[in-house]
Amino acid sequence: MAAAEKPPVSGTGSVALDGLLTWVDQRFPLISTWKAHLAEYYAPKNFNFWYYFGGLAMLVLAIQIVTGIFLTMNYKPDANLAFASVEYIMREVPGGWIIRYMHSTGASAFFICVYLHMFRALLYGSHRAPRELIWIFGVLIYLLLMGEAFFGYLLPWGQMSYWGAQVIINLFSAIPLIGPDLSLWIRGDYVISDATLNRFFALHVIALPLVLLGLVMAHLLALHEVGSNNPDGIEIKKHKDANGIPLDGIPFHPYYTVKDILGVVVFLIVFVIIVFFAPEMGGYFLEYNNFVPADPLQTPAHIAPVWYFTPYYSILRAVPPLFNSQFPGVVAMGVSVMILFVLPWLDRGAVKSIRYRGMHFKVALTAFVIVFLILGYLGTEPITVWGQFGSWLGNADRATVVSRICTVIYFLFFILMPWYTKVDKTKPEPERVTH
Amino acid sequence: MKKLIGILLLAIGSPAVLFASYSAMASEGGVRLDTAPINQADVISLQSGARTFANYCLNCHSASLMRWNRLTELGLNESQIKDNLMFSGDKVGELMNVAMIRKDAQKWFGAAPPDLSVIARARGADWLYSYLRGFYRDPARPTGWNNAVFENVGMPNPMWQLQGERVRVEHAAKGEGAKGGEGGHGGAAKSVSYEMVRPGTLTPVQYDETVRDLVNFLVYLGEPAATSRKQIGIIVLLFLLALWPLVYALKREFWKDVH
Repeated sequence: MAAAEKPPVSGTGSVALDGLLTWVDQRFPLISTWKAHLAEYYAPKNFNFWYYFGGLAMLVLAIQIVTGIFLTMNYKPDANLAFASVEYIMREVPGGWIIRYMHSTGASAFFICVYLHMFRALLYGSHRAPRELIWIFGVLIYLLLMGEAFFGYLLPWGQMSYWGAQVIINLFSAIPLIGPDLSLWIRGDYVISDATLNRFFALHVIALPLVLLGLVMAHLLALHEVGSNNPDGIEIKKHKDANGIPLDGIPFHPYYTVKDILGVVVFLIVFVIIVFFAPEMGGYFLEYNNFVPADPLQTPAHIAPVWYFTPYYSILRAVPPLFNSQFPGVVAMGVSVMILFVLPWLDRGAVKSIRYRGMHFKVALTAFVIVFLILGYLGTEPITVWGQFGSWLGNADRATVVSRICTVIYFLFFILMPWYTKVDKTKPEPERVTH
Repeated sequence: MKKLIGILLLAIGSPAVLFASYSAMASEGGVRLDTAPINQADVISLQSGARTFANYCLNCHSASLMRWNRLTELGLNESQIKDNLMFSGDKVGELMNVAMIRKDAQKWFGAAPPDLSVIARARGADWLYSYLRGFYRDPARPTGWNNAVFENVGMPNPMWQLQGERVRVEHAAKGEGAKGGEGGHGGAAKSVSYEMVRPGTLTPVQYDETVRDLVNFLVYLGEPAATSRKQIGIIVLLFLLALWPLVYALKREFWKDVH
């Protein structure tokens, strides 16, 4: 019997608990899993501030799932009842407003954590070999998260829910040949209606979360297979002691569990400030127009997606139509996200971490961040926000011109990456990690 | 320590940046909005606003996401609510519905009066405060009323007996240079004022106070839990702030042997 070969569990301080854990461990890989992923998973000892956000994203995922379960207990996915049922949660369900605000704030917090987590990868080259697959799973998680946020945003059935969904679904109808049929198939009706709401509800509460959880699992398994990167971008597995333990590694538990608790408390302080004192976040987390029930007959003057989509929305708007079709913009928007998949192969730098890269990469990354933020801001505003240039530029909208320039820079960051990372004057990497 | 400062800066900075960019877009449509001098802690003002709301708004508008008996939060008991605010024979546990049929309303006003439960969250207090004080006589409109904030609105001035009747007076342009560059609503070259032609039962100052109380109530109506939300928030925040030094000490204790 294989079970007998495992040593009994000891050291919990209680004979009964030792016995129980031994019983479980003989029937389930309890101790080996605990060791492989926590107690004997060796992480580099020099993680800095940027390394909090992966764990925090998982925390937000847990918050979204738990609050989401409680929301579904009172939410009604019915075009006639949805809007009122959200207000029913806000007013009559005990503690309902906390649950709802945690969920609405959590959606934005999720994207903040994921954006910072992805930026960390760019900083320290965490997407590079041998971690390409971790990165690909990560981009898939990001894509799924966008879908999850999009489907969820329709559910309150406010004006922005309705018209935001209208804009996004119409993008699919810009695809040549199959477009109109495709968008009809997505909506399940000729307009966004009860049928659309029902299917979006199903996708939001079960289909996507299920896949999301699976991908998070794959993301972590792949990470624990190759081991974590670190701010120096060097492999700690190159220098091991006699027991095969990396010299610069420390067990994830207890070191990083106690450190992450610190990060969680700081994160929760910010989260709580928003949930309790500014849940609308000035119209960015909950748009004011979404407190008006969806009205298919009245298009709002200004439709803006929620902030986390706005960089891509800006790219969509920046690309001029061709033969009266928005398709080029749709393609540009799609490519702007999909290009992330090939990032590990575009980057040809001799080193991974920004600490040892040269000026080329530093300038490119800085430009990319600035451009991403400008595109994000412009996506929340009407294109007339900055007025027009004079007649010498054909009275073009300033915001459109700026977003076109930013869009070009956005793509150049990726297209020129093989060149500027290769010619970059890099510094030598250290043998061992530094603080 | 440097890291900690960085974390705290990010924590404080990120909401601040968002708020700063928000304040820039507060005014829309070219009309300057007056700041509503409301105070959610002023129970007398909220009660007065509730009375104005029941008398002047609830005949046509519903607030169908709100229950009457929740007004006990404003220091009223159920019989006070029933005797002073409810005019139909509804039960005090019922929602603030309206007897007018939507189809009729659509015929009479061109658009059915919207439900007011969350109107303050959609429009904002300043907009409501300016709008409700912005009515003027306009013979060109079917109702005889127009509004400075919401042009060609379907609603006639519901509180005209209180406010009185004003007319819009356009003055000749002061400086020809102003070309009304960005805002869609032109007319920036003309200056506009409003003149009282028939005073109402309230003085302009009293009317402003009445509208202030009404808007105060509408803001409460938009999110009745807002006051307790902030109170609970302070407790949660204090708990986390007290927890922080403990988890920081825990981390330091564990990490002291990592070099």
